[in-house]
Amino acid sequence: MLRRTEPPALEIRGLQKHYERPAVDGLDLRVEAGEFYALVGPNGAGKTTTLRMVSGLIAPDAGEIFVHGIDALREPVAAKQIIGWVSDEPMIYDKLTPFEYLEFVAGLWGIGAAEAERRAHALFGWLGLAPHAHERCEGFSKGMRQKVALAGGLVHEPRLIILDEPLTGLDAGSARQVKHVLRERMRGGTTVVMTTHILEVAERMADRIGIIVHGKLLAEGTLDELRRKAGLGESNLEDTFLTLVAEQTEAA
Amino acid sequence: MSQPATYTWFAAHELKLAWRDWLSMLMAGKRGRIGAVAIGLGAFVVFMHVIALIAVGPFAGAGRTPDKATLAILSAFVLLAWCLMISQAMESVTRAFYSRGDLDLILSSPATTRRLFAVRIGTLALSSMSMAVFLAGPFANVLAVLGGPRWLFGYGVFAAMGATAAAIAVTATVFLFRAIGPRRTRFAAQVLAAVVGAAFVIGLQMVAILSYGTFSRIAFIFSQGFIDSSPDASSLLYLPARAILGDPSALLAVMVTGIGVLGAAIGAFASGFGEHAIAAASVSQHVPARKALARPFRGATPAGALRRKELTLLRRDPWLMSQTLMQLLYLAPPALLLWRSFGDGIGISLLLVPVLVMAAGQLAGGLAWLAISGEDALDLVATAPVPRGFVMRAKIEAVLLAVAIVFAPLLAAFAIIMPVSALVTAAFAAVAAASATAIQFWFRSQVKRSQFRRRHTSSRIATFAEAFSSIGWAATAALVAHGTFAAIGVAILTLAVLWVARLISPHRTVIGER
Repeated sequence: MLRRTEPPALEIRGLQKHYERPAVDGLDLRVEAGEFYALVGPNGAGKTTTLRMVSGLIAPDAGEIFVHGIDALREPVAAKQIIGWVSDEPMIYDKLTPFEYLEFVAGLWGIGAAEAERRAHALFGWLGLAPHAHERCEGFSKGMRQKVALAGGLVHEPRLIILDEPLTGLDAGSARQVKHVLRERMRGGTTVVMTTHILEVAERMADRIGIIVHGKLLAEGTLDELRRKAGLGESNLEDTFLTLVAEQTEAA
Repeated sequence: MSQPATYTWFAAHELKLAWRDWLSMLMAGKRGRIGAVAIGLGAFVVFMHVIALIAVGPFAGAGRTPDKATLAILSAFVLLAWCLMISQAMESVTRAFYSRGDLDLILSSPATTRRLFAVRIGTLALSSMSMAVFLAGPFANVLAVLGGPRWLFGYGVFAAMGATAAAIAVTATVFLFRAIGPRRTRFAAQVLAAVVGAAFVIGLQMVAILSYGTFSRIAFIFSQGFIDSSPDASSLLYLPARAILGDPSALLAVMVTGIGVLGAAIGAFASGFGEHAIAAASVSQHVPARKALARPFRGATPAGALRRKELTLLRRDPWLMSQTLMQLLYLAPPALLLWRSFGDGIGISLLLVPVLVMAAGQLAGGLAWLAISGEDALDLVATAPVPRGFVMRAKIEAVLLAVAIVFAPLLAAFAIIMPVSALVTAAFAAVAAASATAIQFWFRSQVKRSQFRRRHTSSRIATFAEAFSSIGWAATAALVAHGTFAAIGVAILTLAVLWVARLISPHRTVIGER
């Protein structure tokens, strides 16, 4: 049996966050290095809150987060150095060009100008942004903006990429480009954790899938493992997901 | 209930939306504030009546057949208010043109758009009128109580002024639309609104400086020179002033003119307004590609990257450009005074020092809001691998640097003729800018930069604290330049304002937490 010596890319223990009700309720999660992990769940299940805590955007009420062995709550700067975060709402500057945006991101992450420029051009090429690299983002479509945000999330070559609904609002061509870039990154050993409502994407791309409901991990595993758990045969992820969530709702 | 898509139906719809928008702006989106807002408004109304009693109480007995001096002075104040109303109306028209809002729904319905836009122009006029009535009403009330009901004619004059201001604003915006197209009109109209709003005040100050070497527009309006150069008492230009003083025929003429001009504007432009609005909306949807020069990546430290980004965004922000223009326009009179003083070297420090310090505080407040609250890529900077407080410090540095760039030339010129006063100004301008920035930091929120217009309504406490802080430091600087110990008292008062603002602010945390 293979013994893993490398720490997991992401390890979450007993994570909690309460707003008016528990958003994340004692969540445990482990994602191995090089995995593509999809986190799915109904609206308000706690997916985005979990990932925002991992990225250092909100502080948890309790629990521990380790990124490649680094305690993200005690050493946030070291953890952020190796995390790339892209949200569903592309947060970019309208008055900057994609080129200037990536130059800014490179500066924030302390990457040398020549190396950053090489990576930026590669990303522009993969994402089809090269013809627009020197145009201000203010006129860009949602898909273009999302690709600029993704390029910003990748230019510092993070070891853990966290994506919150990255394909929302993208057309088929743009979605394919994004998936292509993510696969390329995974070949290089990068870990991807992604939330998505598009279950087909999770089914086709993810090594493992976690189903989160009411801030707790309801089930996780490969698609086959989830099917077995749901007691279904050759069903797709959508049927499996709905069956498991319905069981949980009935039990609650 | 009126028939759908009639004038009255549209009017009811528009008024309902305007009321809710106004209420939401007043309460900054927090429903629980209605009691506090009502008390605040009530206190403001009482305060305005007290101010009115002090300011215009002695004039309540003015005769119905006024002399030229009274007419000229009153007309100057009417013109001042009218400029501000036109400025506000132009802002409103631009917003009505460029916000997509419910346009898609209404334009795709079988309703007649001419009716809708006729009502919208009317609503704009009503909005201009209501603001004028809200601010000037207490003066009319006080005069009516002390001098008789004829003073209530002032309300009719305000209404007519609001109507003509809306008509002029619509005409000017449509003219701009046709002359330079929808793409440039937005910015041009904003700049024009700022210039119109400031022009009269600044013009009077400049004339006052050139004529008398003083800074006060009020002194100029009351001067014999101004009265002598004004038209004769029989001039029709004095009709609004005569109406305010209780002349019924003048009031009738003013109101008929106001309603007539507004009606003509509605008749001329309501049908085309829809087409312009569609063109404007499509402009805001489809921004043309604006290219930057291709160049190699420039390396930077994280702090350098943040500063460069902030300065680039500030430079490229048209909203900010118009706001900065306003600040720079107000700096024109002190610049003129400075230029005049090079020759004769008269003592000007008492006039220049407070104006420069106050302008620095106000400019820093606006810039700080953009840099601190108007962060469009909040997640990106929050996930950057930099220590807590680092991002905020870099942003504050960028704000203070921008203020320094604007004020350095004026201060340098000032230093040549009065080095000590210039030094005092520089020191207190820095303090005022730092205070305004601190207030924006304590009252920071997370909004888009494009919501700059709402910065004054998101926290009224912050707005007042910023204004009082700038005024306080301006007064302190003036007293220090004059060598008076009273400066210590004013400085303590200003520090108290800042302390109270910090105490009641929602964010009293370490720099860097959001």
